[in-house]
Amino acid sequence: MSNLRILVATKRVVDYAVKIRVNAAGSAVETANVKHSMNPFDEIGTEQAIQIKEALVKAKTGTAEVIVVSCGPAKSQETLRTALAMGADRAIHVESDEELQPLAVAKLLKAIVEKEKPDMVILGKQAIDDDSNQTGQMLAGLLNWPQATFASKVELGDKLMTVTREVDGGVETVKAPLPAILTTDLRLNVPRYASLPNIMKAKKKPLAKFTVADLGVDIKPRLQTLKIAEPPKRQGGKLVESVDDLVDKLKNEAKVL
Amino acid sequence: MASLITLAARRAPVRLGRAVSSVSSQVRNFASTPLDHDQKELQSLARTFADNEFAPKMQEWDENQHFPADVLRKGAELGFGGLYTREDVGGSGLGRLETSIIFEALSTGCVSTTAYISIHNMCAWMIDSYGSEEQRQKYLPKLTSMEHFASYCLTEPGAGSDAAGLSTTAVKKGSHYVLNGSKAFISGGGSSDVYVIMARTGGSGPKGISCFIVEKGFKGLSFGKKENKLGWNSQETRAVIMEDCEVPVENLVGGEGQGFSIAMKGLNGGRVNIGSCSLGAAQASLEAALEHVKVRKQFNQPLAHFQNTQFKLADMATSLLSSRLMIRQAATMLDQNHPSVASYCAMAKLHATDECFKICDDSLQLHGGYGYLKDYKVNVYLRDSRVHRILEGTNEVMRMVASRALLAE
Repeated sequence: MSNLRILVATKRVVDYAVKIRVNAAGSAVETANVKHSMNPFDEIGTEQAIQIKEALVKAKTGTAEVIVVSCGPAKSQETLRTALAMGADRAIHVESDEELQPLAVAKLLKAIVEKEKPDMVILGKQAIDDDSNQTGQMLAGLLNWPQATFASKVELGDKLMTVTREVDGGVETVKAPLPAILTTDLRLNVPRYASLPNIMKAKKKPLAKFTVADLGVDIKPRLQTLKIAEPPKRQGGKLVESVDDLVDKLKNEAKVL
Repeated sequence: MASLITLAARRAPVRLGRAVSSVSSQVRNFASTPLDHDQKELQSLARTFADNEFAPKMQEWDENQHFPADVLRKGAELGFGGLYTREDVGGSGLGRLETSIIFEALSTGCVSTTAYISIHNMCAWMIDSYGSEEQRQKYLPKLTSMEHFASYCLTEPGAGSDAAGLSTTAVKKGSHYVLNGSKAFISGGGSSDVYVIMARTGGSGPKGISCFIVEKGFKGLSFGKKENKLGWNSQETRAVIMEDCEVPVENLVGGEGQGFSIAMKGLNGGRVNIGSCSLGAAQASLEAALEHVKVRKQFNQPLAHFQNTQFKLADMATSLLSSRLMIRQAATMLDQNHPSVASYCAMAKLHATDECFKICDDSLQLHGGYGYLKDYKVNVYLRDSRVHRILEGTNEVMRMVASRALLAE
């Protein structure tokens, strides 16, 4: 009988469909009054954890407890409730209004891992706001756990996971003993819709809260954003007379050769 | 390829060239204030489902007159098959306000399909509220899952607005009632498995009418030709014909003579539901108009710069807001079992269906010639929402209901 405990990390980000703008101060992307939702790769992570649980229950070989965690301001609870509505069992909110960079999040998650002792931590490969692609890898480093990133397929064996990864050169299969870190890629699964009854039931599922101080973690940012700007407005195209003309323009105007 | 695009649209970690909608999130969300958190979650689920499952197919379903049973069942898995039906039979146990919010959001994707869902829900509710325990357990689990589809049968060729003048008879003969007559314009007629039919067991007028559950396979039940309609094309509409149709006595819902009252109570909610579908059509039409006027240029500027355009959009939004508030209030009154609920439902349905049709029409006008092409969606919202002024009680009947309440002593 295997009873797994799976920790899923989620982040509340600006919704993928929003047309983003730089704020008036020019210091960051405008997030006030803008639609937010769960990071799409984290939706995939939540779905994967629930699928693992359902597979174990269906095969009658055990079960899994799916715990979803998010680090961020009070509104991060919306993201947690969405995950609970999909089928996660309980939620943990690490509340902070400060800027949390990947290293800080990895340290906070390490503290949660030490409390909860999960067999697996599933994260999205990157968040669509900063595209860092760091938190999962840093967490593995801090915990000294094996990691399989950009997963497009996961199979669980006896205290072991076999993961197919999408890498630049193609597809790679790795085996890692549990406990381990997994980061999700697009083709791993298609997240389910939360059902109406589950949305109503999600309210009653446990949601624990911690502050950064409770976990004793230094979250001071190590990186400073110097400038943020919108990409230059699209210029009209130019017609060229000859190939030489084209090569000249690519070299001297566009500077891509 | 199409499935990859669907995946990407479903979660799009990569920006798809340009944002899916340039309409500000404030406009998409102004249907959300002032809902509480749970209501916003329900609305968000319904809108996402509509965006992903209905919207891409709406025009194809309309063009091909296709009834999307598979997509309906997918929605039923999420709880759309019995929104305000009790949970022990697979319903979602939600209130009428939550239901209205959900139907409005679903309608932005496809009005016709959502309107069918609302009719199905109304039938399920009637069995849930007035049926015996045996009837509930026998019929509702398959209805809430949409393994079976339901149709509501009141209107006849000779009895539309004068519904109480219906002439389908039900004569008790031993263990069965024998039904004779025909019903007209039945949504889902022919494709549904369960028919909730009002027939006359007693004398003339409303007090002689009873309500029956009739199954598709019952002896003597047949259907007319599929009607060819201006809109609501993702639903099949047929006459339902009873020729010595035998219905077991256990299928009487409530008591003899209770049928008209059951039908009318069903319609109060049905009016809020249909009004909600009109709201969704208007919301989607407004969003489409907003996108178009930012992009379309004449006289060297976007249409959005002209005051006429701006004023027209403001009028559309104001009208949508008033319609929405009336519908949501009527829904709340249903939840509270308010004594005047019938006239409020009537006024809300009257106002919302009239105003929202105009909003769809205005949106088509703002699209100019393009609005008249079926390549653009706005014509579907217009055609689908036109019938909302007619069914569930014509808007003229709504005036009868409202004025009766006003003039009552």
